[in-house]
Amino acid sequence: MTLKVDSLTVEVSGKTILNKVSLDVEHGEAAVLMGPNGSGKTTLAYAVMGHPSYKVLSGSIELDGTDITSLPTHERARLGLTLAFQNPVEVPGVKLSYLLNVINAKLTKGFDLTYVDPRFVAWARSKASALGMKSELLSRDVNVGFSGGERKRAELLQVMALKPKYVILDEPDSGLDIDGIRIVGETIKEMVSSGIGVLIITHHAEITKFVRPSKVYVLLKGTVALRGGPELVDEVLSRGYEALEVR
Amino acid sequence: MGEPVRLLRDKELKEVVSFDAGLMLGKAREYPKEVEIRGRLSRDLIEEISKVKKEPDWMRRLRLRALEAFEKLPIPKWLEGVESLDLDEIASYVKPKAETAESWDELPEWIKDAYARLGLPEAEARVLSGLTAVYDSENLITKVKEELKAKNVVFISMDEAVKKYPDLVKEYFGKVFPMMDHKFAALHYALWSGGAFVYVPKGVKIANPVEAFFVIGSELEGQFEHTLLVADEHSFIHFIEGCAAPVLPKFSFHDGMVEVYAKRRSEVHFTTIQNWSGSIVNFNNKRAIADEEANVEWVEGSIGSRVTFTYPSTVLRGRGASTKNISIGVANGPTKIKDVGSKAIHVAPNTRSLIISKSISSNGGIAAYRGLVKVLSGATNSVSHVQCDSLILDEKSRAYTLPRNEVEEPTAEVTHEATVGRLGEDQLFYLASRGITEGEAKAMIVNGFIRDVLRDLPLETVSILTKVIELEFSQLGSVG
Repeated sequence: MTLKVDSLTVEVSGKTILNKVSLDVEHGEAAVLMGPNGSGKTTLAYAVMGHPSYKVLSGSIELDGTDITSLPTHERARLGLTLAFQNPVEVPGVKLSYLLNVINAKLTKGFDLTYVDPRFVAWARSKASALGMKSELLSRDVNVGFSGGERKRAELLQVMALKPKYVILDEPDSGLDIDGIRIVGETIKEMVSSGIGVLIITHHAEITKFVRPSKVYVLLKGTVALRGGPELVDEVLSRGYEALEVR
Repeated sequence: MGEPVRLLRDKELKEVVSFDAGLMLGKAREYPKEVEIRGRLSRDLIEEISKVKKEPDWMRRLRLRALEAFEKLPIPKWLEGVESLDLDEIASYVKPKAETAESWDELPEWIKDAYARLGLPEAEARVLSGLTAVYDSENLITKVKEELKAKNVVFISMDEAVKKYPDLVKEYFGKVFPMMDHKFAALHYALWSGGAFVYVPKGVKIANPVEAFFVIGSELEGQFEHTLLVADEHSFIHFIEGCAAPVLPKFSFHDGMVEVYAKRRSEVHFTTIQNWSGSIVNFNNKRAIADEEANVEWVEGSIGSRVTFTYPSTVLRGRGASTKNISIGVANGPTKIKDVGSKAIHVAPNTRSLIISKSISSNGGIAAYRGLVKVLSGATNSVSHVQCDSLILDEKSRAYTLPRNEVEEPTAEVTHEATVGRLGEDQLFYLASRGITEGEAKAMIVNGFIRDVLRDLPLETVSILTKVIELEFSQLGSVG
């Protein structure tokens, strides 16, 4: 049971950003992808999720043995993959509660704009509160006027509502204070122990103080330069990305 | 945590009104016709229609006057997209082979089937005070609940009213919307057939809505139904109009008309859920006169058709009269045009109008708001506000806002607001990562976009509109 990225080469607007990137995430495992700004971390997240502007030139993406490389994004999500965005876009006109209800409707009975399950609503409310979200955020338009921290939390709430098999968390720890990072860390641990395979993309690796990854990849200039166990985090942090790039 | 549109009776209503007309009727099928009159418009043709309908002589003469007007009047300059119509090719009158019925069982199987697929019998039984259903040119069934009969409300087909209540009809017919107004109004009066006549007596308030449902069954056919609604003093009525057509190989033409009289302190809500298939060129003439302190609310849900021109209008004739005019126009598809708008004519002092237009264009569709607010000199302290919001769902689609204000009264206050929103690739990708398809994302965004206008509407309207829009984008959206 693996999310497997195999020798993926990705082009954006005619420019190759990722070159033969391979990594895998098992069920119930937290893997970390580290790298400096511009190394291609978000590109990888978008390509794996299937953004139409991110063109896979070669290689493949497999989800539990199914090749999803050419599937549209919503199909990948249906198969159990999702993404918590680093900078999620605003969706005016769509309330967060409404989006959550539609997500739940799709999972339980199929698309329905008016379906509301009171048990789900109660679950979402309590999760939101556990994530430290003000309840009024649920009745606001998705990400409109949300602070950086509120966006991160709202992303996690959506991810949990989706009940995915695998999730890519793109910089879940940026823009959060220490309490925020702790709550996010607890939530990720909860996801992992429930069997979700989590790929955490992080620059500063703050989050690894709360979630111990079972493996670590370091992305430099579009290729996986290093791979190893959790000890790799400290090595990278103590030496800095620049020194690694020179090596 | 709420849902997009809060409906207390949502479940019940959804069972009743789960119709998507274009979709439910599917492809056109053959059905028997008793009379079909087509050919070049002429006195002879009009005479023939009048004869088939066995109507009184005064109506025959009215039709002939309208024909003369039609021949004299120029093609309106503001009209685009009707050049594809060849009126000589279109049947002016079609009577399906079916006797007028008072119960569903009396109808022939083919029509019973069509109505069942539109959910009409159930809606009639459970939420309506009365229903009349027009197929092509004739009302095939009219059902009235005891409540209406007991209160002496008249709810019958327009044709029957001409014979049964000639004095009432003569007093009001063609007075709100004169035949000389424009060429297609004249054409309408020359060829009108079918429609509803409603008279609500003084002080009668009808709790549940009445509905008129219109189906065009064949290609190259014209439907010219006329609805006349007279609400006497202190009365209340909610009238719902639904329209459907199967997918036809060639175009058909709809040139219907609604005339509303809202007498002193009466309240009339008139809702249209227009969901013609993409084969219909739709021209709808709607006008109301509001007397002293009367209130007229139009809701124009303009979802289907190939091209639609409709501008529900209220003439605020009595002191303190008011109108609210909501239009929701969806232009979804490369050949789809919605030219929709509202007009408010302030004649008397202290009159108020609120116009809200929500237009949505998608898949290369064009949505235009064309409106008029006119405040005549002497309509002191009148207030008008116009709000036009456009939502453009992709690069190929367009939206236009063409408001016009003619204010002759210095004490009047006329304001206008407009917004334009666009749906981008980033939002689609974001929602797709949540398992939501492009069509579903559009349905969600559209629903959110019209949510604030839906909030104030009657439950029946909200439920039908939500469903129709959901289907338009989530299922039909991808094929355009």
